[in-house]
Amino acid sequence: MANLIPVAKTVGANRMVPTISIPYPLGDPATTAAEQLKLRYHRVGVALDALSTAIAEQTVFEVKI
Amino acid sequence: MVTKDSERILSEGGVEMKKAILYINQFFAGIGGEEQADHVPEIREGLVGPAILLNQLLDAEITHTIICGDNFIGSREAEAVEIILGFLAERKFDLFFAGPAFQAGRYGNACGVIGRAVQARFAVPAISSMNKENPGVEMFKKDIYIFPGGKSAAKMRDDMKKMAEFGNKLLKGEQTGFAENEGYYGRGIRHQVWLKNAKPAAERAIAMLLKKLHGEEFQTELPIPKIDQVPIADPLKDLSKATIALVTSGGIVPVDNPDRIQSASATRWGRYRISGLDKLGNRKQGKFKTIHAGYDPAAGDDDPNRVVPLDALRTYEKEGKIGKVHDYFYSTVGTGTTEAEAARMGREIVAYLHQAGVDAVVLTAT
Repeated sequence: MANLIPVAKTVGANRMVPTISIPYPLGDPATTAAEQLKLRYHRVGVALDALSTAIAEQTVFEVKI
Repeated sequence: MVTKDSERILSEGGVEMKKAILYINQFFAGIGGEEQADHVPEIREGLVGPAILLNQLLDAEITHTIICGDNFIGSREAEAVEIILGFLAERKFDLFFAGPAFQAGRYGNACGVIGRAVQARFAVPAISSMNKENPGVEMFKKDIYIFPGGKSAAKMRDDMKKMAEFGNKLLKGEQTGFAENEGYYGRGIRHQVWLKNAKPAAERAIAMLLKKLHGEEFQTELPIPKIDQVPIADPLKDLSKATIALVTSGGIVPVDNPDRIQSASATRWGRYRISGLDKLGNRKQGKFKTIHAGYDPAAGDDDPNRVVPLDALRTYEKEGKIGKVHDYFYSTVGTGTTEAEAARMGREIVAYLHQAGVDAVVLTAT
């Protein structure tokens, strides 16, 4: 899970899930705690699904929140 | 150490002549080929084999030649290194040379192993030469100066000349330039330099961009190393039975940073128990904070779960989406950290994860 997806690609990560920023990858302090938790829950869930998904090449998984 | 020819090495100006030592294998020492490849390390005063040539080309005296069989150092590396470092312990020398090794893989490995060890122990630059196909290039180009060389000993003079010319620069204390200008294989080390034309970065970047837009050739100032391909791990068969670990390069640690992980250019990592925790407590609560110097720590200190999402992962554990959250999370700092150190720390962490039966990792980067 990374904000700098191009860097993740360069170093060879295969399953990539975007985060929202460098200093706060999974929760924007400018939003409410509930919103942050919702975002974090969603993106970690995408990462878990990615771990159980077969891929043939480096793949960036889509996030909805 | 005062050598017996200490008078001779005082040159006319009364300035002590610089000294260098050359490492070669059993073949180039004239001891023998493959059948002598187990030759134990030895040191001889003066010039053996290619040392004669190097001594002619170099503005320093080759005081000693070290000889070791390629198989000896290949199969008993630690022992060979200790013996050879022992030979050198009491000696003064300004440069260390190894090879040239041409396309000989074991010789290349030997030159790299010993060059790196000597450089690390005595803080003396090590210079070698290898053909680009020699696996020693990839293994050691980051550690020592390796110049591109020919495939066979027919190129001895050319290859030795490159090594000696660069050695002469170092001996004179001249400022050396970029790897591509000096000719050695790039080591992936970045230096801060003052440019003679004093053009600011913005102007140089725009000039490059214009060239790119016009389809002209341009030279990047920041070459990105080629992409490392990593084999793709098989997907988890049953997520609901899997143990998932959290690993981060975001520098989240207990507030007292017990492992003293560096805030930049980290060489250390830590693992911290999270069994029984629903989420990571923050800095104010005296629990976790970030020591990463590459980003504003405010958000991470205020809520470390933004960087290490334990709370969300715990929820998935309770809901049965995953089997279990691994009892520890692992942390280091990913800023200014070399790829080599990062890879080493990764391997060390993976050993723990394997041992604990972890099935998969969610890695968070900042």
